[in-house]
Amino acid sequence: MNLFLDTLFNGLAIGSVLVLAALGLAVVFGLMGVINMAHGELMMLGAYTTFVVQNLLKTGPLEGLFPIYILISIPLAFLVSGLAGLLLEATVIRRLYGRPLETLLATWGVSLILQQFVRSVSTAFALGLLLSVALGLFVHRFLPSHWWQQRWAPLLNFVNWLLASAIGIGLAASLGSVRVLDQAWFSARNIDVTAPQWLRGSIDIGSVNMPVARLFIIGLTIIALVSVNWFLQKSVWGIRIRAVTQNRSMSNCLGIPTETVDALTFLVGSGLAGVAGVAVTLLGSVGPNLGGNYIVDCFMVVVLGGVGKLLGTVLAALGIGVLSYVLGSGSLLLVWPTMPAALNELITFFATTSMAKVLVFALIVVFLQFRPAGLFPPRGRMVEV
Amino acid sequence: MTTSSMPVLDIHALNVYYGESHILRNVDLSVQPGQMVCLIGRNGVGKTTLLKTIIGLLQQRSGSVRFEAKELEDLAPHQRARSGIAYVPQGREIIPQLSVKENLLLGLEALPGGLRRHRHIDPQVFELFPVLEGFLQRRGGDLSGGQQQQLAIARALLGKPKLLLLDEPTEGIQPSVVLDIERAVKRIVATTGISVLLVEQHLHFVRQADWYYAMQKGGMVASGPTAELSKDVVDRFLSV
Repeated sequence: MNLFLDTLFNGLAIGSVLVLAALGLAVVFGLMGVINMAHGELMMLGAYTTFVVQNLLKTGPLEGLFPIYILISIPLAFLVSGLAGLLLEATVIRRLYGRPLETLLATWGVSLILQQFVRSVSTAFALGLLLSVALGLFVHRFLPSHWWQQRWAPLLNFVNWLLASAIGIGLAASLGSVRVLDQAWFSARNIDVTAPQWLRGSIDIGSVNMPVARLFIIGLTIIALVSVNWFLQKSVWGIRIRAVTQNRSMSNCLGIPTETVDALTFLVGSGLAGVAGVAVTLLGSVGPNLGGNYIVDCFMVVVLGGVGKLLGTVLAALGIGVLSYVLGSGSLLLVWPTMPAALNELITFFATTSMAKVLVFALIVVFLQFRPAGLFPPRGRMVEV
Repeated sequence: MTTSSMPVLDIHALNVYYGESHILRNVDLSVQPGQMVCLIGRNGVGKTTLLKTIIGLLQQRSGSVRFEAKELEDLAPHQRARSGIAYVPQGREIIPQLSVKENLLLGLEALPGGLRRHRHIDPQVFELFPVLEGFLQRRGGDLSGGQQQQLAIARALLGKPKLLLLDEPTEGIQPSVVLDIERAVKRIVATTGISVLLVEQHLHFVRQADWYYAMQKGGMVASGPTAELSKDVVDRFLSV
């Protein structure tokens, strides 16, 4: 009994991080059908936001807020990742709707850019980048407007951005000679977020030992789930989002501004990735590669759960969490010490975190052979799969 | 010309292409306020294309589409819907996973301010289509074809449009419901003063309209009051 509760709690804890990480993807991929390979990097941005908030509040005038910096980070991470997602939607994804392969490649490229960005960003770098973007976006306001009606307008635009980048790089390079400005903010090393006092330690319930940080993540997951569900089912934008995801052109004909809806959906999904990033910082140190560790699991969860179904996402994530923990910890051996030697060998073989993952993914692949639409396939007479 | 006789919809020399194939050729059409106009023609002559161009799902290559004297060319479908054009497409296009009530609420999006300002479903639509009232919590996709058609028309009416575009509202629907729909459309025109542009194959329904236009190979070939719709025209343009 004790072992059972212990396993269940640990499995739920692993699963709830997965739920949180996959929730945003369930919105972006499940509802909109956009394959966003940079979703993990949006999580990473959330994690780095937490790190920055922690460092800003550690000393200085706002020191009093330090104990609750995690709570402050949650909305900020939502905002940072959400705005990054919005930018990604407006610049890349919007141009590629209905072209999944191109979206996959382009967003993968974006994920690499974001990873390198946090490794090499320094004050000089950031200022140079800002200058480039500002020049690229605003210079053409000052050029004669009839130039933009000409056939060579795209070329002009290209040259504008080329010059803007060159000037930005020049600024970054010249500022880089000053040592303070050249220092990378995060560097390629992992960063550590120290949990505030009240999130450390653990609570004993019965004979099960529950770390407070894990309980906090489970609580955060529940709150996120309830709010997303409320947003999608009850709010005005929720109805619009569901209408647009099911029938884009008819929704447009009814008076729904579909492009605004796309942008907002993407913002919410990306923001949720940021919140997941906050949760991940409580589990250990995080680095620029954080996204890569989660992206595959997230897609697995959404596909296994049934695309477009929140309940499916939750059950799939918890199932994967519990199964990974049971296999990875080898706790089956404790339950049944006298099992045949061959089976024993097999379970021991898979009793590491990475081998357990291999087995879980293999099981998912087998499962999808029989239920291609996942745990909760869409039903009804209007189904188009 | 006085303002009262200014057409709600005025289409002039309209040309529309699907890729490189020329679908609508120099189409002229106008709908007067409170008038019910029926567009007839065999399958594939461009009737649906014309309606899709009016609501903005297809872009015109040349010519003009004016709604209340305003050129529509640069407006997206949702802007046209908000300016007072409602569209009931062929195949109804109910949002399948949304409840009937939510589908009706979406009709309010065409009102100024949209769903943010309006959450009230006018009970008049249940007088027109009593069957919907009992099904409010059901999913739209679970209704029968006839019920979906009634839902689609009700949804369009909730946006209080000035022009209603109906694309084959009786296609594939059982005869008893066809009469219900016919009666409802007739009543809408009589009581609300909404102008209707209807694409229809049922001769009985066609005769309810005030005016007809006949299309052939992407162009207008005949028009006139439906009272003067001769047997010859019917035989040539309606696939009965």
